[in-house]
Amino acid sequence: MGSIFNMFGPSPIRPIEQHMRKAHQCVKHLLPFFEAVTKLDWDAAGIIQQKIVHLEKEADVIKRELRLHLPTGLFLPVSRTDLLELLSAQDRIANKVEDIAGLIMSRKMTIPEKLSDVFFPFLSRCIDASRQACKATNELDELLESGFRGSEVKIVEEMIMTLDEIEHDSDDMLSHIRHRIFELETEFPAIEIVFLYKLVQWIGDLADHAQTVGGRLQILIAR
Amino acid sequence: MTWGVGANDLANVMSTTMGSKAITVRQAMIIAVIFEFAGAFLGGSGVTETMRDGIINSSQLSNQPLILVEGMLGVLMACTFWMNMASYLGVPVSITNALVGSMVGFGTVVLGTDAVHWDQVTHIAIGWITSPLIAGITAYGLFISIQQTIFVKSDPLAKAKIYIPIYLFLIGTVLSFITVFKGLKHFDIHLNLKQELAVTLATSITITIIGMIFIKKIPETPHIRRRERFLQVEKYFAVLMALTACAMVFAHGSNDVALAVGPLTMIHSLLTHQSLSVDNYPAWIILLGCVGVVSGLLMYGRKVIETVGSSITALTPSRAFAATLAAATTVVVATSTGIPVSATQTLVGAVLGVGLARGIGALNLIVIRNIFMSWILTLPVASLLTVIAYKLLHALIG
Repeated sequence: MGSIFNMFGPSPIRPIEQHMRKAHQCVKHLLPFFEAVTKLDWDAAGIIQQKIVHLEKEADVIKRELRLHLPTGLFLPVSRTDLLELLSAQDRIANKVEDIAGLIMSRKMTIPEKLSDVFFPFLSRCIDASRQACKATNELDELLESGFRGSEVKIVEEMIMTLDEIEHDSDDMLSHIRHRIFELETEFPAIEIVFLYKLVQWIGDLADHAQTVGGRLQILIAR
Repeated sequence: MTWGVGANDLANVMSTTMGSKAITVRQAMIIAVIFEFAGAFLGGSGVTETMRDGIINSSQLSNQPLILVEGMLGVLMACTFWMNMASYLGVPVSITNALVGSMVGFGTVVLGTDAVHWDQVTHIAIGWITSPLIAGITAYGLFISIQQTIFVKSDPLAKAKIYIPIYLFLIGTVLSFITVFKGLKHFDIHLNLKQELAVTLATSITITIIGMIFIKKIPETPHIRRRERFLQVEKYFAVLMALTACAMVFAHGSNDVALAVGPLTMIHSLLTHQSLSVDNYPAWIILLGCVGVVSGLLMYGRKVIETVGSSITALTPSRAFAATLAAATTVVVATSTGIPVSATQTLVGAVLGVGLARGIGALNLIVIRNIFMSWILTLPVASLLTVIAYKLLHALIG
């Protein structure tokens, strides 16, 4: 006995939702992190950075477990490669957050006050994108329940459309913020400016990766 | 012997039910006890007859009953050994395969190849291939129908309330079909076709009403969020699942227990009548078989709980329902035509069918391949063991 129970493999659906939630928790920590940075409260920022690193590690554990438990002999309702692509797209979000926090902490970078009126709306828009991606991924168990058909698919597709809009928004904001940095180029040391460009690029990447998650999810559904 | 059936076979049959956690283990045990008995008593006679006379031409040996008794004992010993070894190794084997393999082995070696009804054996073998296939297709269709009527709709809960009585009725039909068409004969009740149909209908409606009463008892919060609606629908399906489990165990009892006691009834009739009378065999033999099966399951229960508890199965009651009902229907139909099919095989076929409809989170194809391999392996191993057991017995007694 026992063997017949084993024919039901461990479902990858819940772990992949968990992974996305962890990734989004990383992203959420960026807002208090940058608030602490603006106040030059490096102790608080350091604590938040540690939290981010910790969450990223947890996400990595889930990722590794999931990859180990997806042997080729598994018969899944979705394509295995699509699922793994979705996983690595989610993973890139968490990694990017860790990179951003690391860059700020190692260079003790601050956001110029003249930028903060555009910087924070831009940051929260990127966090929105990640939140939307998380929301869409969390529909996977409902999708499985409905057999990847019907009204549930429409709901998820609408979510992905919203995600695309958010990403476009953040793109516009990114080009605007770049122009503002350009205007500051004479006031700050060149090296500072270079890293500011890099920072906003990375934050913009968050929204891009979130959009990729949405795209992967769409491919997953439309098999 | 029947203990092995309970530990290995019945536990497998209950696997979808327990895997979906639709019912508690205690409830599962109670269902198993009641319906295993009911199935064996009411539905089993056809298969037992096939087992007695269908596979080997036992009448050739009616003047040498001792050889036949030795042979049947050999069959029993070989199957018991193989079933218990398989349980120990954790390989799911089917008693049907083991028994037919044993019988063929005995027939070929002792009586010569002519004594085996090869056409009948071919029938059974074809049944083994087609039964998982049919069950798979049925399960696929059943799941798609559930999906189309309930899960894809914007309000699955309201749809579930409309369509669940229909599925209840379906279970009722399967359950009552075999009881009425096969079971009533044992109580000397003979009805004509019209009456039989009427009784079937009445029983089905009764079961539908009973099911609805259970469903009405499920507490319902007035405003359910979108995400929780599916959970509520699954609660309805849990009731359906419990009833389907009854049908499945019933089918198992009518098929597998009857099979397992087949050789025993032959020995019994030989020893008491010195002849092979095909008519009544005593109820205590079937009772013995059932007690063995059920005690096997009860003793194995703990291990089953552990397996189910530790594994994250992605099987919700609705999927388990589709798979189990399809399997039960296939077994019932096959049994009523006297073909012994394996309930386990049928169930695996049905589960694959639901998987193909994108209904199950993950199915381990390697494990499923191993399961099929063990079934194929059972045939030669069982017949070899039977021949060895027979030779041993022959040397000891004769």
